[in-house]
Amino acid sequence: MIKGIKKWRLFSLLAALTVFLSGCGEEYISTLTPAGQVASDQLDLMYLSTGIMVLVIIVVMIVYILTIVKFRRSKVGENMMPKQVEGSHTLELIWTIIPIVLLLILTVPTVVVTYNLADVSGMDKKDEEGNATAVTVNVKANLYWWEFEYPDLGIVTAQELVVPTDEKVYFNLIAADVKHSFWIPAVGGKLDTNVENVNTFYLEFDKPSNELETGVFYGKCAELCGPSHALMDFKVKSLERTEFNEWVTNMKDSAEAQAPQGDLALQGQEIFATSCIACHAISGEGSTGGVGPNLATFGDRNRVAGYMDYTEDNIKKWINDPEEYKPGNLMPQPEDLNDGKKYTEQELSALAEYLMGLSVEK
Amino acid sequence: MSLIAEKKSFGAVLWDYLTTVDHKKIAILYLIAGGIFFIIGGIEAMLIRIQLAVPDNDFVAAGLYNQILTMHGTTMIFLAAMPLLFAFMNAVVPLQIGARDVAFPFLNSLGFWMFFFGGIFLNLSWFMGGAPDAGWTSYASLSIASPGHGIDFYALGLQISGGGTLIAGINFLVTIINMRAPGMTYMRMPLFTWSTFVASALVLFAFPPLTVGLFLMIFDRMFSGNFFNHLLGGNTIIWEHLFWIFGHPEVYILALPAFGIFSEIIPTFARKRLFGYSAMVFATVLIGFLGFMVWAHHMFTTGMGATANAIFAVATMAIAVPTGVKIFNWLLTMWGGNVKFTTPMLYALGFIPSFVAGGVTGVMQASAPLDYQLHDTYFIVAHFHYVIIGGVVFGLLAGLHFYWPLMFNTMLNETLGKITFWLFFIGFHATFFIQHFLGLLGMPRRVFTYGADQGWDLFNLISSYGAIFMAVAVVVLVANIIMTIAKNQPVGRDPWEDGRTLEWAIPQPVPFYNFKQTPLVRGLDTYWIEKQEGNKEGMTYAEPVMDIHMPNNSIIPFIMAFGLFVGAFGALFNGEKAWAVPVLILGLLITFISMGARSLKDDLGYHIHKEDLLNDKGGKH
Amino acid sequence: MDLNSKYTPQSWPEHPEQATLEGKNKFVGFWLFLGGETVLFASLFATYLALKNKGPSGMEFTTQGLFELPLVFIMTMLLLTSSLTSVYAMYHMRNYNFKAMQAWLMITVLLGAAFLGFEIYEFNHYVHLGFTYDQSAFSTAFFTLVGTHGLHVLIGLGWIILLMIRNAKRGLNLYNAPKYYVASLYWHFIDVVWVFIFTVVYLMGALE
Repeated sequence: MIKGIKKWRLFSLLAALTVFLSGCGEEYISTLTPAGQVASDQLDLMYLSTGIMVLVIIVVMIVYILTIVKFRRSKVGENMMPKQVEGSHTLELIWTIIPIVLLLILTVPTVVVTYNLADVSGMDKKDEEGNATAVTVNVKANLYWWEFEYPDLGIVTAQELVVPTDEKVYFNLIAADVKHSFWIPAVGGKLDTNVENVNTFYLEFDKPSNELETGVFYGKCAELCGPSHALMDFKVKSLERTEFNEWVTNMKDSAEAQAPQGDLALQGQEIFATSCIACHAISGEGSTGGVGPNLATFGDRNRVAGYMDYTEDNIKKWINDPEEYKPGNLMPQPEDLNDGKKYTEQELSALAEYLMGLSVEK
Repeated sequence: MSLIAEKKSFGAVLWDYLTTVDHKKIAILYLIAGGIFFIIGGIEAMLIRIQLAVPDNDFVAAGLYNQILTMHGTTMIFLAAMPLLFAFMNAVVPLQIGARDVAFPFLNSLGFWMFFFGGIFLNLSWFMGGAPDAGWTSYASLSIASPGHGIDFYALGLQISGGGTLIAGINFLVTIINMRAPGMTYMRMPLFTWSTFVASALVLFAFPPLTVGLFLMIFDRMFSGNFFNHLLGGNTIIWEHLFWIFGHPEVYILALPAFGIFSEIIPTFARKRLFGYSAMVFATVLIGFLGFMVWAHHMFTTGMGATANAIFAVATMAIAVPTGVKIFNWLLTMWGGNVKFTTPMLYALGFIPSFVAGGVTGVMQASAPLDYQLHDTYFIVAHFHYVIIGGVVFGLLAGLHFYWPLMFNTMLNETLGKITFWLFFIGFHATFFIQHFLGLLGMPRRVFTYGADQGWDLFNLISSYGAIFMAVAVVVLVANIIMTIAKNQPVGRDPWEDGRTLEWAIPQPVPFYNFKQTPLVRGLDTYWIEKQEGNKEGMTYAEPVMDIHMPNNSIIPFIMAFGLFVGAFGALFNGEKAWAVPVLILGLLITFISMGARSLKDDLGYHIHKEDLLNDKGGKH
Repeated sequence: MDLNSKYTPQSWPEHPEQATLEGKNKFVGFWLFLGGETVLFASLFATYLALKNKGPSGMEFTTQGLFELPLVFIMTMLLLTSSLTSVYAMYHMRNYNFKAMQAWLMITVLLGAAFLGFEIYEFNHYVHLGFTYDQSAFSTAFFTLVGTHGLHVLIGLGWIILLMIRNAKRGLNLYNAPKYYVASLYWHFIDVVWVFIFTVVYLMGALE
């Protein structure tokens, strides 16, 4: 089936050309630079449908331009009285049947791919020891942040999804508050995170993300979910299977490994323990249900708050005024935690130092 | 009574329009109100494009942006596009079928005033704590969680104006079924009447699901219901289904009448009868029917499962076939014709490639797995603007120029009209073509801003520049309208010279009773037939001059709609203000008492006597 | 149209509701309106079926435990009979027998009012059990569906009573005949909807 589609690629050269002329966008976020089987299946469908549709447009435009050129009043004369033609059954049959045929060509791969992409039977496969063979991630979308739980591995993280490459990764999606939609454009189409039911699908990541300019794939919330919908980004790190296993091991040990280094970090830990720990866990071992994002991998993050550049300055800004940077988010303002005061510059430096030390990769 | 129009004071004119039941005046009311809402929606669109012109912009704050985008969509669909189409339906359909008025003149007025008060109510949200902010689709989990009263304004406002739309729909259906002149068989009806007929049927069957959906939302938000509260067993997907069972036919409610307008314009200015009339009628009906079978293609990513997605994907693609038939029939109407490039015709010619582009991207999205990528991105934004602007707004602007002389006995300036067209056409493609690629490059829709590192900067800037062209085009159009009204140069009957259908045969200005004698329709393109046979009258008559029965004007529709408007404030503040329930009851009482007053009084209308008709020229020939 | 022209049962048209253009318009328009109403109730039924028995975890209310068929059966009989009596009324309208028509309509109204009385009793009973409107998605959907029907009954009653009062002195003519006719159409429609409610909500709920 896929081979059939490849033939159609020739026909869609023109469409593809238009796209290439304008560039394919950034490879960490564009649907035109697929980094996995799902996205490339979908891109193939796009080439096929674009090809068919460009064909239709060309035919229409030829008739259209000929008509305008040949039958304009300035050419045929002011008083020319056209023959009042009723219609033509032959012609009408032709332009009914040909579109049907064209659509049938599109229908077959559409239906096949629809079923293929919905196949999540691999999720329940177990090896001899009863361990799941595939990685399954439970995604919980919250107002402007994402939680990723690995139920079979006993670990949980937030904001930055870590997955192994070259195998199917399965996802269970749900929303904690309002409906969101889980989308990694370069890797595959989106699926909504509903509030009342779990949606399931799979993605495949062909490319380790460290080959990308940004080091991560960009993930998006694709369903309007409130004021900061546009800022509800997440990032994806895809690792070779061995590296991924290593990451999992580190995550499990992260509770002990997170000892702060230096006085500043120690002071930060103290503040954290009085103000932040009620919502934020710092151990990667555990399960879903955090009030706020799990911070075990904070030091490895690509972004602050999902979208700001990862700098100490931005961490401070974010902590001291979350409402300013993500309107409508649920993180308390520092005044609510710190006796009605903002944190001092010194306290912020301490917190940032501590948080940037929380790492499982270093 | 005198039939000659006298100079009236402003108060008298205002009272006349508040109480009118004349379809021609209600058409003007729809045109004015729809036009104003169109401009409001356009300003909202400009704010959106300014905000998105550059990355990380802070021209509009995050929450406010969501209100603007919600109101832009809601206003354009419910308060601009649909009422403007109703304006043309009211102005043209009774004349096209040889009727003296619509079937229910009183309800016609009620329908308008309900739309009007609903629209005002919705827009008052701006001044009363914030507009709705959950998108025009107002998906349940977000809209239930939305703080403030924005969503309440949305649900109540649309409920009222939706009721008006439903009334209008039934009215047109009955008018077309019962009031056609002798000889006007179904298969001789002009295409605009046909498309009005099918669109009205869609209104009749599509609006009740919206009504129910809005009621569920009203009950949940204002009367402690639990339809969408999943903690108490509710389900938000119900809203999605109800909304789209309405929402998809809504697209055809807008598009079909626009097709109808083009099907009138193209034969007129190609001086050639519509190619494949029966196929066009059949395609219109088929599109209307299929429009109800495909709603779930808006929900491919909701998680309905592969089978449902596959079925709806295939059903959706099927709609492309009758639509394609229409496109080719329009082209073949022009083929061999004598094409004159008037402003309405320019819009028709601009429409064909634009709508084809919108249609083919629709087919691409029908392919469910591909839609997983395209859904909720700027690709979709581009697609539906191609359909709604390239199809519907072009149709409205074409209809505005085409029917202006019919409605006002004067002609919009053609030069300014063509300038408007080119500015609008270029601006439209510049704004929206590029947005397809923004979607493919990963830009989700409904984002109030975007980061600079994602490769979307240039395309967004181009898109915003395009929007400026469209805005300038609208300014030129408004100037044109004002100048035309100021000049007020009468043009008389058949100003386009090649009018084919009955409405162009009526003397101008159109007498308030429309036809002195009911015409006899002898074939498709009645007026054309009469002209070809050298009939100076333009019509063959089916009856001698007789007394004409006319309905009385009434202020009751206005009061009934006003009562609902008042009651809506009561519902809105239910549980919050002590006066809420009394106001709700008061509003409903106003409505029901005026309704009762209407029922208790015999309102038989009046007659224009034969002698008066014979003395009166009823406009110039 | 002349209201003063007097008819005899002989000169009275066979289809008085469609004898004038206004009548014809009302007739067609009302049928179309009922088409829209059908979709409205279909949407409510679909919503109800989706939310049937759905509530907070551990909810004690179910269709089996809640509904009492004997009461609902009596209500059904009342409404079905009222539909029949409205047919009699229309029969007399066609025969230009105003008094008999009004009398049968009166009986229709009484039956309808009795139905409504039972419905209010039923709702009241549920609320006392704790099955209030905001108790669960199930209760909200149930009260909305059945209550919307009840509201239709109430409107139908008001409508027929208003018609009877306003025309008591005027008698039958071609102006009000279509009004009577569409009111009776509306009443039949309400009855048909109830048959579906009885089947889908009560029978299928209590017996499954």
